[in-house]
Amino acid sequence: MLNSKIPAGSLAEKWSKHKFDLKLVNPANKRKYDIIVVGTGLAGASAAASLAELGYNVKAFCFHDSPRRAHSIAAQGGINAAKNYRNDGDSVYRLFYDTIKGGDYRAREANVYRLAEVSVNIIDQCVAQGVPFAREYGGLLDNRSFGGAQVSRTFYARGQTGQQLLLGAYSALNRQINLGTVKMYTRSEMLDLVTIDGQAKGIVTRNLITGDIDTHSAHAVLLCTGGYGNVFYLSTNAMYSNVTAAWRAHKRGAFMANPCYTQIHPTCIPVSGDHQSKLTLMSESLRNDGRVWVPKTVETAEKIRKGEIKAKDIAEADRDYFLERKYPSFGNLVPRDVASRNAKIACDEGRGVGKSGLAVYLDFADSIKRLGQPAVAAKYGNLFDMYAQITDENPYESPMRIYPAVHYTMGGLWVDYNLMTTVPGLYALGEANFSDHGANRLGASALMQGLADGYFVIPYTVGDYLATIGPAPVDANHPAFAETKKAVQNQIDKFLALKGTKTVDEYHRDLGKLIWEYCGMSRNAVDLVKAKQLVQALKVDFWKNAIVVGANEEVNQCLEKAGRVADFIELGELMIDDALDRNESCGGHFREEYQTPEGEALRNDDDYTYVAAWEFMGENMPEKLNKEQLIFENVKLTQRSYK
Amino acid sequence: MNLTLKVWRQKNRKASGKFVTYKTDDVSPDMSFLEMLDVVNEGLVKKQEEPIQFDHDCREGICGSCALMINGQPHGPKKATTTCQLHMRSFNTGDTIVIEPWRSVAFPVVKDLAVDRSSLDRIQHAGGYVSVGTGGVPDANEIAIPKVIADEAFNSATCIQCGACVAACKNASAMLFVSAKVSQYALLPQGQTERYERAQAMVLQMDEEGFGGCTNTYQCEAECPKEIKVTNIARMNREYFNAEFLQDKKAHV
Repeated sequence: MLNSKIPAGSLAEKWSKHKFDLKLVNPANKRKYDIIVVGTGLAGASAAASLAELGYNVKAFCFHDSPRRAHSIAAQGGINAAKNYRNDGDSVYRLFYDTIKGGDYRAREANVYRLAEVSVNIIDQCVAQGVPFAREYGGLLDNRSFGGAQVSRTFYARGQTGQQLLLGAYSALNRQINLGTVKMYTRSEMLDLVTIDGQAKGIVTRNLITGDIDTHSAHAVLLCTGGYGNVFYLSTNAMYSNVTAAWRAHKRGAFMANPCYTQIHPTCIPVSGDHQSKLTLMSESLRNDGRVWVPKTVETAEKIRKGEIKAKDIAEADRDYFLERKYPSFGNLVPRDVASRNAKIACDEGRGVGKSGLAVYLDFADSIKRLGQPAVAAKYGNLFDMYAQITDENPYESPMRIYPAVHYTMGGLWVDYNLMTTVPGLYALGEANFSDHGANRLGASALMQGLADGYFVIPYTVGDYLATIGPAPVDANHPAFAETKKAVQNQIDKFLALKGTKTVDEYHRDLGKLIWEYCGMSRNAVDLVKAKQLVQALKVDFWKNAIVVGANEEVNQCLEKAGRVADFIELGELMIDDALDRNESCGGHFREEYQTPEGEALRNDDDYTYVAAWEFMGENMPEKLNKEQLIFENVKLTQRSYK
Repeated sequence: MNLTLKVWRQKNRKASGKFVTYKTDDVSPDMSFLEMLDVVNEGLVKKQEEPIQFDHDCREGICGSCALMINGQPHGPKKATTTCQLHMRSFNTGDTIVIEPWRSVAFPVVKDLAVDRSSLDRIQHAGGYVSVGTGGVPDANEIAIPKVIADEAFNSATCIQCGACVAACKNASAMLFVSAKVSQYALLPQGQTERYERAQAMVLQMDEEGFGGCTNTYQCEAECPKEIKVTNIARMNREYFNAEFLQDKKAHV
């Protein structure tokens, strides 16, 4: 029943052939079509700008005061592209292969190959816009290496690649806003999807300043609304990042794929106390020059935790550089899931450092000795400053303390090769979809995917659908608009009636702790079953006992949060269902029951080489599992090894 | 730590506002400033009172959302630090902290401590881009840029659009912000073809939004969390005057 619409033909020719086969909309007709873009981070801004350039009428929405604040802005490390500027053996095929393997063979070959193919165009595009990538003295672009790859294919802009790429896409968007081809709605949050005869025809939004509930019609709707990592409460996501747009679309018929695939990033600043509101990532690029270690013995670690000794008091022979020891060929540059799991193992063994014992060292002493402090500062200065700012410790003098934290969600709305969800006319781009990273995303690939989808995929694929439905205007007076608006208003009234004793933030924290403990870095069936009951109980309690103050017709952060947390609770339950269904370990999904004798993730390719696409069946009803079988014609499925 | 907070409360743009005093104890020096406010807000909500509104999002010092005037200083006492990266260890127990929104005609108050900074977006709509569409661009390495120029452009590009420069300025001038944007493109080869029109269009929009002019006090540079230099303003003025003298289009000949 799920048709991925992967084109026939050889891997390398699929996209070119498909582009030719897709129907076109002639230039004079393009202006007769309206397209809604929800979310204006990398995927949304690039899509909105590119579609407007083509001649479509674009309405773009974001809940921030400016598109430049989307959380793409916070990406630090870089963006991959198979340019092979280093002459080190890179190619489109190698980027494809690394990504498929890095994703533990749970992504679609055709999508990933296309991603690798267009990666080279992204760099060209960004440079033409004036994105200031790092350069060498000869004036050409610099690269660095990243986890999960043995070539240097990552382009970067100091430690703020995300900001510079987003400002590039934002500038392209600004140009179209100035030309009048994009109508930008800021501080507007999408709260529902309008469908007519099963097709996406518009959205319902709430103006976050006035509380006005508005409907907007269009021929197609693009969700570029990011991931759902904040289900864990503590994550590296921004405070406002949420799943609401995607989740409401899910309830209108869009299948949610692989929700249990979440990425735990190995290098984050550890939690310092209960007041913690979010976690801060330290770019993976730091693992190029930093060495990860813990004390060899529990006794030494104990002394560190009590503050009796410091890291530099520990002799070289008493340190365990566990990634270098276990994975000699990739060393500190193993993929994120492997690095995170090994940090957890070291801490579980009692060898963790810091007061809480939930941290490992990331040590730059060797690099500073080898390269000198100025060279290290030039590469990572802003990251070191940020670390010092938050922890009050100087990372040039003592090693950083790091611990894994939730960072990215590989799962998301199910989309076909054209990025269309199971609702015709509804598309999902960037982190909001599930498509390219399998069970684990490699570093510097999120920026690549967001921009690939927005600049180079959707401009081609959306035209095919639009040409099929024709340019007749969408009937904005269709009862579906009024009905959906009414449903949104009713839900808001229900939230505003909540006058209990527990804040929405408290529910969010409870949910986060629960999902982190039972559906985080490692999972098992017994705990998952327990967690499901706990989440269901939390949901019941939320709807009885939460506090929402204020009214709808004003700026109301309680109301905004209540909607988002209610959706996170429902998503949390689905994540648990998905993790329970998948009786194997793969990438970020580590089921304790399924591991190799060496403790690595053990896949079950015979039974689980599928995408789990969940279908909403009604409020408080179990969701239905639909399977898309993954077919590998080019790569051989092997036990992933970074040794 | 025990603190006394004097917080500006204002229901909406049209309402008149006032300072409200809150006492808070049990503040940990490891908390960020915004986490301290989270705790205050949680207490207010528990009492069914409206929490204090302030803009924030990434809490990593990069999105530019957070914007608090703390004891009269944009983003508080710590140099090169956004409000979200400011920690309570920068204060002492017993302190009274005054928290206000950015003040500028061009930044009307949305609610409490949140202001509307869309004027900064509109300045960029006017010309803050290179007019290049998706596709049909040269290979990235065909545009060689001397490292020193690329680095200087980068220094300008690090602006996070928080508006602290405006809040710091006695004239509520946005010239540090606008000049950072103008400079990035004026320095890079990609920005050359439109450099004079861009400077004119952005300056014109800046004036229309009601921002004041620069009188060289340099307070903006002192308070900028990203340490954007006032030399950008000099560059913007040069761009603008060149455009005026050379009648923009003729400037290329």
